[in-house]
Amino acid sequence: MAGRVSATLASPQDSRVPGIAFIFKKALISALVALVLFSLMIGVRTDAGPDGQLTYWTRFGDLAAMVATVFGGSIVVELLRQWWGPVGTVRVVPASVQSGLSLAGRLVAPVLLVFTFLVPVIFYNERYILDLAILVLTYVMLGWGLNVVVGLAGLLDLGYVAFYAVGAYSYALLATNFGLSFWVCLPLAGILAAFWGVLLGFPVLRLRGDYLAIVTLAFGEIIRLVIINWQSLTGGPNGITGIPRPTLFGIPLSPGEDGLAARLGIEFSPTHRIVFLFYLILALALLTNWVTIRLRRLPIGRAWEALREDEIACRALGINTTTTKLTAFATGAMFGGFAGAFFATRQGFISPESFTFHESALVLAIVVLGGMGSQLGVALAALAMIGGFELFRGLDQYRMLVFGMAMVLLMIWRPRGLIGHRAPTVFLRHNQAISADLVNEGRG
Amino acid sequence: MDYFAQQLINGLVLGSIYGLIAIGYTMVYGIVGMINFAHGDIFMIGGFIALITFLILVSFGLTAIPLILLIVLLVSMAITALYGWTVERIAYRPLRHSFRLAPMLSAIGMSFVLINFSQVAQGARVKPVPPIITGGYTLYEGAGGFVVQLSNIQIIVVVTTVVLLGLFTWLVSSTRLGRDMRACEQDQTMASLLGVDVDRTISMTFVIGAALAAVAGMMYLLYYGLVDFFMGFVAGIKAFTAAVLGGIGSLPGAMLGGLLIGLIETMWSAYFSVEYKDVAAFSILIVVLIFLPTGLLGRPEVEKV
Repeated sequence: MAGRVSATLASPQDSRVPGIAFIFKKALISALVALVLFSLMIGVRTDAGPDGQLTYWTRFGDLAAMVATVFGGSIVVELLRQWWGPVGTVRVVPASVQSGLSLAGRLVAPVLLVFTFLVPVIFYNERYILDLAILVLTYVMLGWGLNVVVGLAGLLDLGYVAFYAVGAYSYALLATNFGLSFWVCLPLAGILAAFWGVLLGFPVLRLRGDYLAIVTLAFGEIIRLVIINWQSLTGGPNGITGIPRPTLFGIPLSPGEDGLAARLGIEFSPTHRIVFLFYLILALALLTNWVTIRLRRLPIGRAWEALREDEIACRALGINTTTTKLTAFATGAMFGGFAGAFFATRQGFISPESFTFHESALVLAIVVLGGMGSQLGVALAALAMIGGFELFRGLDQYRMLVFGMAMVLLMIWRPRGLIGHRAPTVFLRHNQAISADLVNEGRG
Repeated sequence: MDYFAQQLINGLVLGSIYGLIAIGYTMVYGIVGMINFAHGDIFMIGGFIALITFLILVSFGLTAIPLILLIVLLVSMAITALYGWTVERIAYRPLRHSFRLAPMLSAIGMSFVLINFSQVAQGARVKPVPPIITGGYTLYEGAGGFVVQLSNIQIIVVVTTVVLLGLFTWLVSSTRLGRDMRACEQDQTMASLLGVDVDRTISMTFVIGAALAAVAGMMYLLYYGLVDFFMGFVAGIKAFTAAVLGGIGSLPGAMLGGLLIGLIETMWSAYFSVEYKDVAAFSILIVVLIFLPTGLLGRPEVEKV
């Protein structure tokens, strides 16, 4: 078997190979369905005319192009499926490749970390890359925070952005109204977000998975609607402006007399603040990661993972599921609050528009793509997702369309995420490699 | 009192629309056990297709309103039903035995696809249409000079809902398809052993749900005179609330829940504040799930290992 990177175990005669006629017929049906689906939605375009009256015009060219794409795509997919083999085929990876991969897997994290530390040094003069890196790190942190809830405890939270918003608004309001500094507000923002997490979690965490998802979604929307409508406090849709920038423990990063640059005796540059923000979010993200990794080894972390695997068994073993869920929820919410406070101080301006459901879905997609529970996976997924969004900035209106499709395809293709690592941290016995036959017999 | 009577009428009409959408949620949940997150967007697609069909018919010089309405209804039901079928086929069927969060996430992805597809295909601006059905009846004039009115369009919405509900109840209770559906709801494996085509039955559930959502979309278009690409999100959550309130899995429950949500929303806007009407609806969802997780007409759920 050595030398063949992937060999299928299923014997060739098992899978009946559909002929050309079959593929053609399937593609034809797909094209027909597409024709009906798109006939009105793409073939006809409506818009309000200059007099306010709604008019329409036809776009049969686009329609034909779409149908042809579906026809061609269907054939390609069918051919790919044949090439890939039937569903459930077990692929054998030779030992040399496997050990190489595991070595690479162990090296990725440290290399990535060192590189991240060096980013401001390498790209000091490239403001755009630094800004993008800060954005990616913000999402890495959000992803790691949500990972506690979704990846470790297995609770589907569709309203994570609510805690992000609570953190951001806590800092913005405390700083603008009471003049508190960032370092005082940061823990407060985290505590407030965790408090909201407990407040929401206490009554609803008895619910089943998908009910919980919808309730958290509703909660996220409630928070956003309250922010929009409570104008006297939050400024409504206009948001809050003039949020103070962070200071290095009281020393502002400004060109003034008491600024950091003046005190150090170096020339002031606006990049200093960007670099500072970069290391700030990096520290916050690493804190999240470190706390999560430590928590996983404590009884509470073990309880989270057990809860994810089987809730009923958990209860039978005497684990208090409500408390366990609540701590996961509060921990996740707290990190969301930290990230929110950072977001507010970085932007200097926040409005309800930044806290829509779309944001929750994006963070959730990062966690899912990262393999639900894998810290490294989440970081890579955030990089891929935000980086991908930046790459396709030109195709602005198609971006979310592609995002949605990618989510569906990912669920079909790799429901456990790209880096499918969801194994519990502890095992009763040693994990042993066994052949696929034994797995099929249920001995895995 | 007169004001209250008027709000009661408005609330019932809105509630009928929510009820029609809620049936789709409740059926799918009953049979497949998943929340079809994209259902609200199917409703939006239904509204768009109704709008486009209407525009085309009018530009062809058709003037008989009842004929136009009938054609619009049939076309939007048919095409939207195909959308429902396609969504199930692409996004849910391959995941039927996947891990439990997968269908939910795939549904969220599908919801994004539908929303952004309509935005790309039809533009982001709100599409207004002039009032298609006008006129109405004055029920009575109150003491303070407040006139309680029942417009023709309100009558049409309620009558269509009642007729469809009757048709649908018949479909589920006394046809082969309905029996298959109920069988799949109880035990899919057993149903398939007894010769029920489970895949086809589930597909049909999505088709029927989408057709009813299309009716709701058309009624929304007639009643409010506009559609936009984002209307499915909020309407979807409210209809889901209705389904939960009525007891998920129960068809009369979905309609009852829809009417209640419509009434609560209307009354809240009339007596408290319009700005917080969505907050009220979402809060009801949370409160119901805490105190009445099985809903008004639902059966308690038995957890199995």
